[in-house]
Amino acid sequence: MGRTPLPLFLERSSYRKRRMMDAVKLLVILGACLWMVPVLWPSDGQPGTVPITMSRALFYVFGVWVLLIVLPAFLMRKVRSDLRAEGEPGDDA
Amino acid sequence: MGKHVLLVEDELNIIEAMRFLLSREGCTVDTHGNGTDAAQVIRSLKPDLVVLDVMLPGKSGFDILEELRADTETAALPVLMLTARGQSRDREMAEKAGVSRFMTKPFSNAEVLTAVRDLLYVHQHKG
Amino acid sequence: MTSLNVLLAVCLAYVIFLFLVAFFAERAGIQGRGGWLLRSPLVYTLSLSIYCTAWTFYGAVGNAARSGLEYVTIYLGPSLVIIGWWWILRRLVRIGRSYKVTSIADLISSRFGKSNTLAIVVTVMAVITVTPYIALQLQSVTLSLSIFSAAEQGADGTRIDTDYAAFWIAVGLAIFTVLFGTRNLNVNERHHGVVIAVAVEAVVKLVALLAVGIFVVWGIAGGLQETLARIDASDLGTWQTDGSRWATLTFLSAAAFLCLPRMFQVMVVENDDERHLQIASWAFPLYLMLMSLFVIPIAVIGLEVLPEGSNPDLFVLSLPLSEGRDGLAMFSFLGGFSSATSMVIVATLALSTMVSNHIVMPIFLYLRQGGASQSGDVREVVILSRRLSILGIIALGYIYYEASGGFGALAAIGLVSFAGVAQFLPAMLGGIFWRGATGLGALCGLAVGFLLWVYTMLLPSFGPGVVLSAQIFEQGLFGLGLLRPHALFGIDGLDPMVHAVLWSLLLNTGVFALVSLFSFPNPLERLQGAQFVNVFDHSVPTRGWNATVAESEDLMIMAQRILGAGEARTLFSDQARAQGLSGHLPEPTPDFLQHLERVLAGSVGAATAHAMISQIVGGSSVSVHDLMAVADESAQMLEYSNQLEAKSHELSQTAAQLRAANTKLMQISAQKDAFLSQISHELRTPMTSIRAFSEILRDTEGMGPMEKTKYANIIHVEAIRLTRLLDDLLDLSVLENGQVTLNQQTGSLADLLDRAIATAQASASRPMKIRRRRLNETITLQTDLDRLSQVFINLMTNAQKYCAATAPELLIDVTEHDGRIMIDFIDNGDGIPVDAREMMFEKFSRIGAQDSNGAGLGLAICREIMARLGGDVSYLAEVEGTGFRVVLPHSVALAAQ
Repeated sequence: MGRTPLPLFLERSSYRKRRMMDAVKLLVILGACLWMVPVLWPSDGQPGTVPITMSRALFYVFGVWVLLIVLPAFLMRKVRSDLRAEGEPGDDA
Repeated sequence: MGKHVLLVEDELNIIEAMRFLLSREGCTVDTHGNGTDAAQVIRSLKPDLVVLDVMLPGKSGFDILEELRADTETAALPVLMLTARGQSRDREMAEKAGVSRFMTKPFSNAEVLTAVRDLLYVHQHKG
Repeated sequence: MTSLNVLLAVCLAYVIFLFLVAFFAERAGIQGRGGWLLRSPLVYTLSLSIYCTAWTFYGAVGNAARSGLEYVTIYLGPSLVIIGWWWILRRLVRIGRSYKVTSIADLISSRFGKSNTLAIVVTVMAVITVTPYIALQLQSVTLSLSIFSAAEQGADGTRIDTDYAAFWIAVGLAIFTVLFGTRNLNVNERHHGVVIAVAVEAVVKLVALLAVGIFVVWGIAGGLQETLARIDASDLGTWQTDGSRWATLTFLSAAAFLCLPRMFQVMVVENDDERHLQIASWAFPLYLMLMSLFVIPIAVIGLEVLPEGSNPDLFVLSLPLSEGRDGLAMFSFLGGFSSATSMVIVATLALSTMVSNHIVMPIFLYLRQGGASQSGDVREVVILSRRLSILGIIALGYIYYEASGGFGALAAIGLVSFAGVAQFLPAMLGGIFWRGATGLGALCGLAVGFLLWVYTMLLPSFGPGVVLSAQIFEQGLFGLGLLRPHALFGIDGLDPMVHAVLWSLLLNTGVFALVSLFSFPNPLERLQGAQFVNVFDHSVPTRGWNATVAESEDLMIMAQRILGAGEARTLFSDQARAQGLSGHLPEPTPDFLQHLERVLAGSVGAATAHAMISQIVGGSSVSVHDLMAVADESAQMLEYSNQLEAKSHELSQTAAQLRAANTKLMQISAQKDAFLSQISHELRTPMTSIRAFSEILRDTEGMGPMEKTKYANIIHVEAIRLTRLLDDLLDLSVLENGQVTLNQQTGSLADLLDRAIATAQASASRPMKIRRRRLNETITLQTDLDRLSQVFINLMTNAQKYCAATAPELLIDVTEHDGRIMIDFIDNGDGIPVDAREMMFEKFSRIGAQDSNGAGLGLAICREIMARLGGDVSYLAEVEGTGFRVVLPHSVALAAQ
């Protein structure tokens, strides 16, 4: 209904833009997986395990966070610059 | 007298009876057995009276009568119509077509003779 | 030491500052200036930060001090939601903008066929779940004030009257909210002033928390390395978080982020541009990360530095205070104050919209159903009901605070609230992704989830013995072990929070899905479902909303199409003059639009007029309700015209039937007339002769004996003819009516023909030569032989009568074919003319004029007889001369032969 048919194959630049958007969409899954890793960490007091120190936990959680901030910002910039470059020849991003 | 009467009728026995009756009145009687060319025969024979049956082979008596009335030569010709159909509508149709006298079969001989005399008498006076 | 008075003065100044910001932003918004700021992604992102309330400002540190890194899950959920904006938020925003959704209650009720019941249920649930949250804000502000007062008064001094403070805080919040939330009634429920104020407060609380964090790390702990070392050395130094709590809390906070009424307000309702989501997708996680960055250091250092027994929820204030940094403490206080106020304002606004739209207004409109309500006074009522709702909700929060007496840790109260609003999640997501979701399913799911939440989370949160007795905790409701609030269905050992969230959401979703599967939605619901789920097919991206995009020219063009050029122009210039404008185009004020809609409605119907105007003025797609109304109107018209068409069709059919019946009757009547004429003629003709000759015989004198005999003979013949005619007529009548009884006999065909020939020849004046093939005639028949003989005699008599050949001959030929016996009577006459063949089997049909004796019934009788015998008689066209064929059916010839 009302959806304009999209061309089946796209120009290289448009194609890259699409894949960038795919990456943006998939980031959330990456984030969820990474942030659920601590579920597997041994809790303090469990016998036979070396507890994770808080500083390491902090670095891990905040590291993922920074990744999840930088990646979309980068990808979004990419999408936008590709938008601008669209139609110009020699774009081999 | 020697009046000339034309019988347009297809029933042989009725012709026989009419011929008998009219001959005794002193009339010359001619007969014609079908409706198709009856009007032409009438025009050529110029009878003093036509006794016309309604149900004739070829053409109905009404049509023949209308044809006669449409022709100035035969417009005033006395026509006695005899019908065996006996529907009240037939009388209306006949009168509309300009019949002189209309009678339903079976008739009484006296009535027919009276009618014939009337018509011949009227016709005679007119002529 | 900062005196309490100075603190209050600063607070007041801050509030006045916010007032001014909001006021100017509002004015700029109305005048259309400063759009770049009001509608910037930055402001949008910052406004999302009302997610971080005083609970997170103060409570996060408290939570960290108690449970380590667990506090961070509260931020992880929302981060994930906004990083995955493309999946859910984009859809929500598009739906919200396309269908002018004003709240989460409106979203759910709209999706499920504008169900008012659902709207009320969601609204009541939202009020119940959010009230503790508002109380929480009052509590945290009051607590933070008490820290200052404690510091000021010293250990011996009387503490600040907290109830008193909470009351005035509540009053202040109520005034601010009323002033900025209900200043004007915007159809879109958007509040630029409030959003800007919230954005400013977002900056204040972030900077305040960062300042405290930086002070703690570099001012107290002595650098990053040192801090990390101290963290690892502290009680919180190792990973202690339970995995199930970690996952559940992350999920719960994500759900709450989507479902909290205030989040829905800023995220969906106040959204100006879908593209803002793209920026927010990384900017808002950044904000959240910064908000949580220094929480662990503050908690660890606070635990280390501050005396035993200090409330960890207030470390953010007490740490700077203990170090003598009054200014920083003051700033930190303002941060907490900002968190609390912005949350209360937006939450109250969102709730009051729901309460007013879904509870107060329907009741009001119901009560004054009779009087045609003017738009003007309804507007007043809406604003009034908004204000009353705001006051009511804040009052509820205050009462809750008073009643609970500031119990429990901040984080615990917050989680209860989160789990409550998370119950909206199945209905909301199901509604926007699954067309099969039904209102009944949503209602049942919500009810089940809500009840479980109340029983397993809300009531137990007051502690054993408060609402639920300790006995219920131990043995379950009604003594049923399966109904223990923390171990439903006998599943023990789960964390109570995990347990409650798991059961309530699981059963909520399950019931929602099941009931949806087995119930059937009403048409509006189905239409709405299709519209919401396929929102991207029907709508355009929302970009830069302009409240006054109503194009007078477009309206003019449309009005011209409907009203005609002259009338439309007169209407528009009249309105322009009434508005005091010199041109011929009036401003598209609500009054004018309403007037125009009424005028158009006169021509095209109310629903259509509304849909047309909203399409031009609204700039958004026509709402489903409009479409439905239009569809209804068209359907009514269509149905009406269909009815008319059906009626006229019926009438014409009846007329045609009548005509046909009439024609048939006329035909029958004509047939009857013709038949009567015929009978009359056939009867009267012989009678005429009889009468004429009997009169001649009677009246003529002197008639010779020859003549007498001749005339008597005529009478005799005619009398016989008459008798035969009557016989035939009776015969035919009996045959036609099927009253004839067939007299089955057995006999040979040859014998039958012999007798028939004899009879036929006897009556003939001039016998014709008959040729037969006797060999073929040795067939034994079983039928009514007398009737069959009658047919043969008739045919032979006809042949004798009509055969014009000089030497008439008749060939009787019997053949057998497929068991059927065919008897052909073929003479050497001229045949029957083609045009007469069709009629010759009809009654009274005579072929030639010669026949003066027959009534024309012979062949008709033959046909009737053969029909009765199961055979047929027909004319043989393909032979020389005149031929008739009699066909006898199979059964007539005896099998023995």
